[in-house]
This record gives sequence, structure tokens and C-alpha cells, in this order.
Amino acid sequence: MQLTGAQALIKSLEQQGVETIFGLPGGAILPVYDPLLDSPIRHILARHEQGAGHMAEGYALATGRPGVAMVTSGPGSTNIVTPIGNAHMDSTPLVVITGQVATTSIGTDAFQECDITGITMGITKHNFLVQSAQELPRAVAAAFHLATTGRPGPVLIDVPKDVSQSMMEWWYPETLEELDLPGYHPTRDLDEEAVARAVQLISRAERPVLYVGGGTLKSGASAALLAFAEATRMPVVTTLMARGAFPDSHDQHLGMPGMHGTYAAVTALQRSDLLVALGARFDDRVTGRVSAFAPGASVIHVDIDRAEFNKIRHADVTLQTDVGTALAALGDAGATPAPLDAWWREIRAWRAQYPLTYDEPVVDGPLRPQHVIEAIAQRAEPGTIVASGVGQHQMWTSQFWRFDEPRTWVNSGGAGTMGFGVPAAIGAKVGRPDRAVWCIDGDGCFQMTAQELVTARAERIPIKVAILNNAYLGMVRQWQEMFYDERYSEVYLSADLPDYVKWAEAMGCVGLRATNVKEMADVIDEANAINDVPVVIDFRTDTSEKVFPMVAAGASNDDIMVHPSQRGGAR
Amino acid sequence: MTPPEPFAAEIVHTPVRHHILSVLVENKAGVLARIAGLFARRGFNIYSLAVAPAESDARFSRVTIVVDAESAPLEQIVGQLDKLVNVVAISDLAPRDALERELLLASVPVLDSDTRARLLDTIANAGAAIVDVDASAVTVMLTGTPSACDDLERSLESFPGVELHRTGRVALPRLGRTATA
Repeated sequence: MQLTGAQALIKSLEQQGVETIFGLPGGAILPVYDPLLDSPIRHILARHEQGAGHMAEGYALATGRPGVAMVTSGPGSTNIVTPIGNAHMDSTPLVVITGQVATTSIGTDAFQECDITGITMGITKHNFLVQSAQELPRAVAAAFHLATTGRPGPVLIDVPKDVSQSMMEWWYPETLEELDLPGYHPTRDLDEEAVARAVQLISRAERPVLYVGGGTLKSGASAALLAFAEATRMPVVTTLMARGAFPDSHDQHLGMPGMHGTYAAVTALQRSDLLVALGARFDDRVTGRVSAFAPGASVIHVDIDRAEFNKIRHADVTLQTDVGTALAALGDAGATPAPLDAWWREIRAWRAQYPLTYDEPVVDGPLRPQHVIEAIAQRAEPGTIVASGVGQHQMWTSQFWRFDEPRTWVNSGGAGTMGFGVPAAIGAKVGRPDRAVWCIDGDGCFQMTAQELVTARAERIPIKVAILNNAYLGMVRQWQEMFYDERYSEVYLSADLPDYVKWAEAMGCVGLRATNVKEMADVIDEANAINDVPVVIDFRTDTSEKVFPMVAAGASNDDIMVHPSQRGGAR
Repeated sequence: MTPPEPFAAEIVHTPVRHHILSVLVENKAGVLARIAGLFARRGFNIYSLAVAPAESDARFSRVTIVVDAESAPLEQIVGQLDKLVNVVAISDLAPRDALERELLLASVPVLDSDTRARLLDTIANAGAAIVDVDASAVTVMLTGTPSACDDLERSLESFPGVELHRTGRVALPRLGRTATA
């Protein structure tokens, strides 16, 4: 069967089971958009390529399946660099297809030419510049294999226009050998000897902590984690990337560690004698000053990527495998620590003394942002997916939303990409249309990618967006207040400019506003009752609210600052 | 105030603590850029790099990289290299287990008989060979250990106008020793 390269590309995506592509056409990718009309694959027309990329990420995070985005060459491709970098930092499986100028024009500075494989070399797991139409099926199959196996990540396929226009004889790889990846061996046999040493370390531990990272979610190991944690009675902390991997409602869960983690989670790590790191990478936002992090702890490090071992923190035992496999092996080997009663007494005391808290809401407003998040969470239907941008609102959401299910938290961790929230929420809703999807956003983030609400309305993707509008780039403001003598430099945005309600309405969404506690409850109920169009709520929140607890950048986690209302006698 | 000197890397041919990585890679466009880019963005130092088609299979090339094991732990360098999809195999040679050779070529202007005599002396001492001669210059070649090349390079520095190139080393395990994968 003779096909054009473009037809072969679309047919290859169908072979991979792709249901949705997020994209935006242009000159070099034009040939590929034609056979799309004859394909069952749904295309979501984003209004900016960055939006398409974050949508694909949101889709992947909510479903566990790879997100697919397609854009044109030149600026189309550079506009999607931020989502690619974001996916790389958070190990999100993504396949990005970019158009390229014809092979005969490459290197001539042709119109909309750009060396996107060169640009993305450092922020993709791998990329391909396809040289002939015959190679396209292999490139697509290899891209999906690479994106989804081992440590997942973004893979880019650059398709020159003459490649998509030329003819090929249809074929599709049926075996891994046909993918021609002689250097790619993502899995290894489990090191039984290392398992035995891990069991030994666990059996001697008196103050162990399960330090759960995003790899646990990628591995689909939540059930295995619950079983292992309950069998061993070890306390659990879940990083920003792992929220939802272990139920917040579970008594053994201490919450999030790190710069804005709970006092109990941060302090348990500091005082532990054994860290069992499960798909976590000792990120600086978790460790604080590395030399002062968990100084008395041995480390068992489970990761599928061996380059994470001993990168930041020395590991006493390394297990190069996925978290689910490791937990099963440790469980089968009967890993059990000493009785942990004394350890739990200490932890319970920290938890009781320094719970997450915020100041009493003021009835007439302005609203407490944490109160808004709790109110939305309380009124959200079970299984609601929540997305966020990056900043104070993200930290508060991670702290005050109750996550009880994997893949219900969609956020930008490693890269910290402002503007992630709205498009990622759209992608999540496309992937999980059966779930309610809220985006808790900041006013600064919202202004970066809000135009994708036009996409949401046009494509009938009814997400709900809560803007915690404090009129500032709040996290930067917080640092300037605390560390720069309240010298506020370029952080004021205005609560009224733009008018978020009118903006929402102009984009075909329902726009609502709440300035006090009574209105807050009403607009949330109103938003929950709307299921056909996107809703945007402008919550007017207190400008001076700060995120606590906090460990200052570069400080030791021992120097955690709790909420002002909890300061006094002890710390 | 005088402006600072423009940044220039210090030239050191034989690193204090080096390791030799023999890396089998797929013979595909951009592979060298991927390796060089990885080293640059992770802050790993390369002392020398040599590339040639692999002996047995046209699909592969062999890249011999001398890395500075002070700039980053070897485990990190190997772990990150291994993640490059086009990297097929890495073997790590500790200097004591490696047979290392390098080639040096130098053109030396020779305008008077004193210089000529001194140069011939230098060549003889180093065990180098003369591979090209004309009325005003001599081209010298040495194949040898990196330190022999270092020695000759230092000797030749005293000749004005010398133009010198080195290939960077290639290496194999000494017989009876094995590289670690």
C-alpha cells in the first residue's frame, strides 16, 4: 500500500492508539494536517503552541498515557520548547511532532527554518530528524516506546515537508528489534543481593521514612505502596510530584516534605535513620541545604534511572528498577523495621503541635486563599482532578487540597512553569472527561496562558478555573517581603486590570467573582452546577498572605519557619 | 579599574585524575553533538576526544573520551552518557589498566643550521620521525604515550613559529585487564 509520508505519520499515530492530538498547524506541517481530516483521531486546536504542549502534558499526567502535540516549524517549534522542557524535568511521557522545512532547504536559513532537534537535545529523552517517508513508522513507534518506558520523558519527531509529501510503502514495526534502538535498555534484572541488603537496613531501622517521589506514580505503584507502608508501619511523605500516590487521609501520611512541606514531614526526614527513597531524586526543594539534609539517615534509593544514584545524596543501597517492582521484592523478602512506637510518638507530637494552618477567615474579605482552596475541595465531587500554575497558589493547593487518588494532581514541579495550569487542566479534562477538573491558578499565571480558554470553549471542554487574585506575583512578593526588606520590585499586577470576569465572558466562559466568604461559597456552588462551558472565578484574596511552613533557600531543613501563629515557645 | 582577562580554559594535556571512556555509539547524525552537549550542560570536562568508525560494524563508531574525574564523579558521567539513546556501550578504563597512544604532528620552521641541529637532537631524543621536509621547515611525527607527546610538545615550544597538532588519545585495555562496563 502506497501512502504519503503524511498519511503514514497519521496512520502510525493510530497504530499507537492515539486518540487526541493537541496542536496548531502551519506551513511546514501542512501536509500532515490533510490526512488528519480522514482520521478518527481528535485534534484540539490550541491558540498558542505552548498551550498545545501543556495540554498534552495535562493529558499525560491525568491518564498515564503519552500526550501528543503537533506544531509547525520555526516559531511553532520554539513555542513548544517550554512544555518540552517542563515534561523533561517532570519525566512526563510526551510525543511532539514538529514540521520542518524540506530536507533540500535545511541549513539555508529558509523561511520558518529552525534547528529544533538541536535546541531540544538537552530537554528531550531523545529526538529524531526523519530523513525519508519510509522511516516515519519506525520513528513514531520508537518515539512512543522511548517516551513511555524506563524513565518516561518527551520525545520529539521533526518531519521535513518533503518527507511528509513523498510516497512510501506502508509498513509498521512489529518487534522491538525493528525499532533499531541498540543502545536502549530501560530495564534491568532485579539485584537480589541489593534487595537483601535493603531488607537488612530496614530491619535495623528505628526511625525510617518512606520518601515517595513522582516515580511512584509513573510506576503505577500506589497500591503496592499502600500495602508496603501498612505492613511496615513506616511513615510516608509524598513530594510535590507524588501528591496522590498515597492517600492524604491515611494516618501514616505526614504530607509533603520540602521548602513548603509540613513540619512533621520535613522534621521526620531530618531526624530519620533510614530514608527509603521511592522514585524520588533529592531535589533541592526537598533537601534544603544538602549537607544538612537528614544527617543521620542511611539511604535506600529506588529509581529506574541509575544516573539519579549518588547524584545529590550518597545511597547505601541502590535498586535500579521501578517502584512497584522494588516494593514487591522488599515485601516478599519480609522487610520489617523494629517496632516504631517511639518514632510514631515523636511524629504525632510534631503533627499535633504544628499542623498546617492559616489565619481565621475575615467574613467581609479579603479572602484567605487557603480557605478558598479548602472550600472548593470540600464541595468538589470525589475524584476531582486539580491542576495548578506555579507559585503560592500551587503550594497552598498542594498543602490544603486532600489528595486521595493517584493522577488527580496536575502540576509543574521541576521546571516551575508559570501558566501551566489552564492548558494542563484542559488536557486533563480531555483525557478524563468523566472527572470534574478544577484549575487553581494565580492571577500572574492566568495571564500567561488564559487564551486557551477560547480553545476550551470552542472544543466544549468544561473546566473550572479559580483565580486566587492577590494582585501580585505572590511568591516573588513573599520573598521580597521576607528577604529583600519589603522592597517590592516589579511584582504588582492590579486586581482589576484585567477585569477577569469580562475576560472570561469574552472567551465564551462563565465569569464569576467573589470578594467575601458568603460570595465564595455561592460562586463555588454556581460553578459546580455548570457542566457545559468553562467557568472562571475571580477570588479576591489577601495580598499579604504567605506560604508557611517555609525553609529559606539554601537553609537547613532544621530551620523551618512555621506559621506565625505557631511561633512562640518552641521554634 | 582594569577589566578582567577574557576567560580562557587552562590548557592541561594530562589531567590529574582522568579516566578513559571507550564509547560505542550509533553512527547517526548528531551523535557527537549529543555527547558534547551532555558534557557541557552537566559541567563534565573532556580532555580529549577521538572518533573513528568501529572496527566490526559500519553502524557504529567508537568514541574515546578522556574525562576529568575531578569535575564530576565517574559514576555520574557514565550514568548520564548511558542515557543517550544512541550510546550503545560504555567501557571505562582506569589509566593503570589502559594502553594509551596518541599521535603528534608538528611543523617546525628551520632557517639556520643551529636550529636544524637542535631539532634533529630533539627528534632523536623523543624517538620521533621526520615525515616532511622543505627548504624552510621540517614536519615531525610522534606516535606514543600521551606523556611522551607532552614531553616532545614542551621541547618543541622553544622553536619559534612551531605549529603543532595532537589527535587526542585512543586506548585499549592492557592484555589481561578488562574494562568495566
